[in-house]
Amino acid sequence: MISFGLTEEQDAIRGAIREFAQGVVRPLARDCDEQSKLPDDFLQQVWELGLTTTQVPEAFGGMGADRSQTTTAIALEELAYGDAGLAVAALAPSGFVNALLDHGTEEQKQRLLPGLCGTEFACGTLAVVEPGAMADASRPKTTATAKSGGYVLKGTKRFVPFGDRATHFLVVAALDSEIAAFIVARDAAGLTIGAEAEKNLGLRAVPVHTLELDGVEVSDGDRLGGSAGGNVRALLDTSRAALASCLVGVARAAVEYCVPYAKERVAFGEEIAKKQAIAFMLAESHTEVEAMRWLVWQAASKLEKGLDATKASYQAWSYAGEKGLWVADNGIQVLGGHGFTREHPVELWFRSARTLGVLEGTVSI
Amino acid sequence: MISFELSEYDRAKLDAIKEEGLICRKYARYYDEHEETEIPPDELPEAKDFAPTPNLASRQSEEDSGPSVMAMLYTVYRCWGDYAVKLRQPKAGGLGNAALMAAGTDEQKQRWINNFLAMAITEPGCGSDPSRVTASAVLDEETNEWILNGEKIFVTGGVRADGVVMWATVDKSAGRAGIKSFLVMKGTPGFEVAKKEKKLGIRGEDTATYVFSDCRIPRDQLLGGNEEVQKKGSGGFRGVMKTFNMTRPAVAAFGIGISEAALDFTREELEKAGVDLDYGAGMGNRSAVAEKFMKLEALHEASKLTVLRAAWLADQGQPNNMESSVCKAHAGSAVREITQGCIDILGPLGVSRDNLVEKWMRDCRIIDIYEGTGQIQRLIIARGLFDYTRDDLN
Ligand SMILES: Cc1cc2nc3c(=O)[nH]c(=O)nc-3n(C[C@H](O)[C@H](O)[C@H](O)COP(=O)(O)OP(=O)(O)OC[C@H]3O[C@@H](n4cnc5c(N)ncnc54)[C@H](O)[C@@H]3O)c2cc1C
Repeated sequence: MISFGLTEEQDAIRGAIREFAQGVVRPLARDCDEQSKLPDDFLQQVWELGLTTTQVPEAFGGMGADRSQTTTAIALEELAYGDAGLAVAALAPSGFVNALLDHGTEEQKQRLLPGLCGTEFACGTLAVVEPGAMADASRPKTTATAKSGGYVLKGTKRFVPFGDRATHFLVVAALDSEIAAFIVARDAAGLTIGAEAEKNLGLRAVPVHTLELDGVEVSDGDRLGGSAGGNVRALLDTSRAALASCLVGVARAAVEYCVPYAKERVAFGEEIAKKQAIAFMLAESHTEVEAMRWLVWQAASKLEKGLDATKASYQAWSYAGEKGLWVADNGIQVLGGHGFTREHPVELWFRSARTLGVLEGTVSI
Repeated sequence: MISFELSEYDRAKLDAIKEEGLICRKYARYYDEHEETEIPPDELPEAKDFAPTPNLASRQSEEDSGPSVMAMLYTVYRCWGDYAVKLRQPKAGGLGNAALMAAGTDEQKQRWINNFLAMAITEPGCGSDPSRVTASAVLDEETNEWILNGEKIFVTGGVRADGVVMWATVDKSAGRAGIKSFLVMKGTPGFEVAKKEKKLGIRGEDTATYVFSDCRIPRDQLLGGNEEVQKKGSGGFRGVMKTFNMTRPAVAAFGIGISEAALDFTREELEKAGVDLDYGAGMGNRSAVAEKFMKLEALHEASKLTVLRAAWLADQGQPNNMESSVCKAHAGSAVREITQGCIDILGPLGVSRDNLVEKWMRDCRIIDIYEGTGQIQRLIIARGLFDYTRDDLN
C-alpha cells in the first residue's frame, strides 16, 4: 500500500517536537552557533523527551515502544527545523543505541544499553566519518585486523559527536573486504581523542572531535553483531536517511522564514513576494522540500520494514543534500544583503545544509 | 501508517498494465512517424487476446492502495508503454468527460457520458490566461439556441473526438464570470475541424483546431445549465477549474511513465557496458556516468512521490490543490532533465531513431506546457504560500 498517513502517535510526537523546536531549540540556536556551546540543561531537556530511549525495550532500561525509523525521521525533521546543530546533538546518542538495537548481539545490548538509557543524559556515538577528500563510508580507510580473541583498529575518525563525553564509540572499519563496526570504550589503550572540539563550517552547537586509533585492541565480543558481524550497510543507510531528514527540516525552516519576509519587504513600490523572480524561487523551494521529505519517508519506511534500503537511502540523501542546500542558498537570496548578515538565521541554515550534505555517520534514525 | 510497498494485488494489476504497455510500445514508432495520416485505432489487434483491464478501484484488503493512487500508477505504466498508443482506447476518455462529470447536470451526464469529449479552452490569442477567452455564445431567445463563434486551437483528441466541451463568453464585460462551457457534438452545422497540428512529440495523439461560425446548439447544452452571470466573483469558473485538480497529477504521471521508460532503457545499456551502480559507495568511488544516472533516478523517484502524494490526499478526501501544482511543476521540469540526461549518457544511441529514447524525450517536452505551464503552476504554489489572490500575483 502506498500511504503518506501518520499514525495518531506519530502525529502527536510531531506536534510535541515541533513545539519544542519552536519554543526551545530555535531561541537557543544563534548563541549556540556563535559560541560553539551546548547548554547542559538543553541536553537534559531533550533527554527527557525520550528520543533516544523510547524505542529501547524495557528490559534494557528503555520505554519499550516499537522501533520505528519513520517516527524518528519525523522527529528529526522537526528538531532540525529548530536547529540542525542542536538536532544532531539531540540525536547523536541514538546513533549508537539504534545500532545496538538493530544489529547488536544480546550480550552487547545487555552490557551497554542500560547504561545509556538512564534518566540522565548519557551517550555513545558513531565514529564513521574520515578525513581526506572523497571519503567513502562504505570503504573506510580505518582498518580492523583480526588477531586471536579480537581485532586491532588503526585509523583516524572525524566529526565524532561528543568526543568530550561519550562513554563508547562505534568505529566503522574495513575488515579485509568487508565493513565492520566495533565498540570502543573511551579509555581504550591506543585511542586518542582530540583535546579540542573540531572547528567546522556548520553544526557548531554540537561538539565533534577527531579520534586517532593507533592499534586499539578490542575483543571478539566488541564487534557489532558478534563474529557474524552486523549489517553495517544498513547502519549507514539509517544514517543517510537521518541526515536527509535534517536537511528537510533546515530547508523547510528557510522557506517558512522567507515567506513572511517577502510579503513584508518592499522594493520598487511593491512587496518582493509579488515579483515572480522571488515568488517562483520560493514556489520551487517549497516544491523541493516536499519532494525531499517523501524520499526520506520512503527510505525510513523501507528500513522500518527491514527491507533493503540502500538505494532509497542513497536517493533521499543525495537528493536532499543537493536540494536542501539549494533551498537554503535561495533563502539567503530572498533576503538579499540582510540574508548575508548574522542578524538573520538564513546564513546559519545555509551553513548547516552545506555541512549536513557531506556527512555520513554522526546520526541515525 | 507510512508505507511505500505495493501489495501483491496492487502489483498484479500494475504488472498487467506493463504487459499491455509493452505491446503498445511495438506500435509507438509507427504512429510517431505517421502523424499526418493516421491516429492509433481504438483497439489494437492484440486486444482480443487480452484479459479485461483490471478494475483499478477494486481493493481486496487494507493492504491495497487507494483508487486515486492506483489510477496514477496505472497512468504511469500505460505511458511507460507508450503515451499515445493504448491496447484499448476507451472511448469515454477525453478531458471534456472530466469536465462533464465535474460540472454537468445529471441529465447531461447521462446523455453524453458515452462519448469521447475533447476540451477546448485555448485560442490563438489566449492560453495561459483562460479568462481572456473571446469565443462568444449568444442566446437566441426565439429559437432557444446558443449561437457560437470563435476559434479554438490545440484541442487534444480533437480529430477523433465525438464532441467537445468548449469555453465561450456570454458577456465579455463580465470577465471570468461571463465564461461558460458548452457541449457541442461533431456534425453540428457551423462546427468544423479546421486543422491537425504537426508537433515535436506525442505525435500519435491528434491535436486539432476547431472553428465555430454561427454554430447553433440547443439551449440545454450549456454545461451545468446555469445561465446566470454573477456580477461579483468568478462565478462558475472556479468550479470548472477544479476539474484540473486530478488532471494535473495525471499529466505529471504521463511524464513519470515516459521518463521511467527512458531510465529503464538507459540502465540496461549501462549494465551491458558493465557500469556498476553502487548506491552504497561514496562519490569518489563512482564513475561520472554512474553518478549522473543515479541522480536522474533519484530525481525521478522524488517526482513520482509528489504525484502519489497528491493522489493519496485525494483518496483521503483532503484538498490537494497545492499538491497537484507541486507535482505538475516538479515533474514538468524533472522529466525534461531526465530524458535529456539519458541521451547525454547514451550518446549516439540516444539520438538514434532506431530506439525510442529520442521519441521519449520529445514526448516528455509537453508535460511542462499543457494543463497549465510550469510557470502557471509556480504561480498557483506561490499564491498558496503567500495566501495571495490572482490579482496579487500574476
Ligand atoms: C499538444 C498540446 C495539447 C493541448 N491540449 C489542449 C486541450 O486539449 N485543450 C485546451 O484548451 N488547450 C490545450 N492545449 C493548450 C495548452 O494548455 C496551452 O498551450 C498552454 O496553457 C499555454 O498557453 P499558450 O500556448 O498560449 O502559451 P502562453 O500563454 O502564450 O505562454 C507563453 C509563455 O509565457 C509564460 N507565461 C504566461 N503567462 C505567464 C505569467 N502570468 N507569468 C509567468 N509566465 C507566464 C508561459 O508559461 C509560457 O512559457 C494544448 C497544447 C498542446 C501543445
